Amino acid sequence: MSEEKVEAKRKLIEGGKRRDGRGPEDIRPLHFEVRVLKNANGSALVQYGNTKVLAAVYGPRDPGARSMALPHRAVLRCRYHMAPFSTHERKSPAPSRREIELSKVVREALEPAVITESFPRTAIDIFIEVLNADGGTRTAGITAASLALADAGIPMRDLVAGIAVGKVDGVLVLDINEEEDMYGEADMPMAFMPSLGLITLIQLNGTLSEEEFWSAIELGLKGAEKVYEAQKEALRKRYASVEQV
Amino acid sequence: MSITPVDIPVIPALKRTAILNLLSRSQRIDGRSPSDTRNIEISLGVIPNANGSAHVKLGLTQVIAGIKAEIGSPFQDTPNMGNLIVNAEFVPLASPTFEPGPPDERAIELARIIDRSLRDVRAIDLEKLVIIPGRKVWNIFIDIYVIDHDGNLVDASSIATLAALLSAKIPRASVNQDKGEVILDPANRDEIPVRKRVLTVTVAKIEDHLVVDPSLEEETVADALLTIAFSEDGLITGIQKSGMGTFKREHLKKAMELAKNAYKSYISQISQFLVRS
Repeated sequence: MSEEKVEAKRKLIEGGKRRDGRGPEDIRPLHFEVRVLKNANGSALVQYGNTKVLAAVYGPRDPGARSMALPHRAVLRCRYHMAPFSTHERKSPAPSRREIELSKVVREALEPAVITESFPRTAIDIFIEVLNADGGTRTAGITAASLALADAGIPMRDLVAGIAVGKVDGVLVLDINEEEDMYGEADMPMAFMPSLGLITLIQLNGTLSEEEFWSAIELGLKGAEKVYEAQKEALRKRYASVEQV
Repeated sequence: MSITPVDIPVIPALKRTAILNLLSRSQRIDGRSPSDTRNIEISLGVIPNANGSAHVKLGLTQVIAGIKAEIGSPFQDTPNMGNLIVNAEFVPLASPTFEPGPPDERAIELARIIDRSLRDVRAIDLEKLVIIPGRKVWNIFIDIYVIDHDGNLVDASSIATLAALLSAKIPRASVNQDKGEVILDPANRDEIPVRKRVLTVTVAKIEDHLVVDPSLEEETVADALLTIAFSEDGLITGIQKSGMGTFKREHLKKAMELAKNAYKSYISQISQFLVRS
């Protein structure tokens, strides 16, 4: 292990502050913008600090092959993908096992929000591109995709707000970045439909006691509320300015 | 791309109604209570060519886990650690919904759940699998083979993995100091350094009902599944929600209680296989 890594491992939290200056329950600066692409039916650019994710939605549209359609609802097709330049070392653009798994859990985090019954025999395509990765990319991807779905005018039960909670140096922290994910003890990404009080994604990589797990859920919910407010603000900003024209 | 499954086995609406009616009386279609796990049968050493193997029947679900140990090079950033590689194959003989070809998203997800449940808690002491620091280490391959699918593949795989790991033997490796070569001694075989007994427990949510160790019928009507991995010291070593539905916090509370009890049930059912010979 290099000197730099040993250094990083020793003190992710010092004097109650994280290495980027945040307190344990602080979220990174959020910047959300919808309708950032011309061609897609809906799109969003989402930033949590240096994590930058673009999402686009096409559809509801013809699924192409009939075998890909369902008679009573739309199918969701979802791809989570990292751009080759998004990571410190170049990432091969071929889909990794991680990206295949995350495409599935991200789709399953969005399925309960979309009112798919309104569009039988169609497909709704959700494309998520991680442009710059600094931790929490799947949760940022979910946040972005749900904004893009809303921007596409697809009826939803609620927005889906993603946030990751971690444990570093024995402390639960909100919205972990890559360094904290790498050298911390746990990473627990979550997604919520906040107005309905529903959890649509939960994963844990690492170890937590049961007590820590319940605290992490509460902390995640708190963070998701902030993400949710920023999502609604981004939609309001876009559509309020349309009205003024 | 991950696509909403279109090939889910058709569960007649009547059966769904029957499952829900029974659940409202805390009963299940196969006679179990919501907190009951199915019967477990384990055969060890079923694959003589593997370093360790276990054939697990969890109810009618059948999984074989095979362990192969090979000498390889360490990763640059972990020169003093062996490697753990988990792979799962959903072979087409196991289910009408499995197709030939490279692992699909379900198989990849399963392998990654098992991998994560073991890795961060250091269930296997990879530092003890170094032969020549920075140059030669043991690669431990865990290959999970699903051969009959009647639900809860994750827990069946987790049980098979633990049983196979604990029964595996790898040849003792030493280094010829003059030539710097690795010498294997097949007469003296060592155990794989397992530090903690980790098992997953899967709970299915069907409307507002929660049941452990779901059968395939139950999985098919379930909104979502929650898998929680525990180590013997009570730590949670991994979690995965899968499926298209949601959980409320109350559901998580109930699922956690069910899962903690089911972990004990699994461990007591397989305890005779967890003793090292």
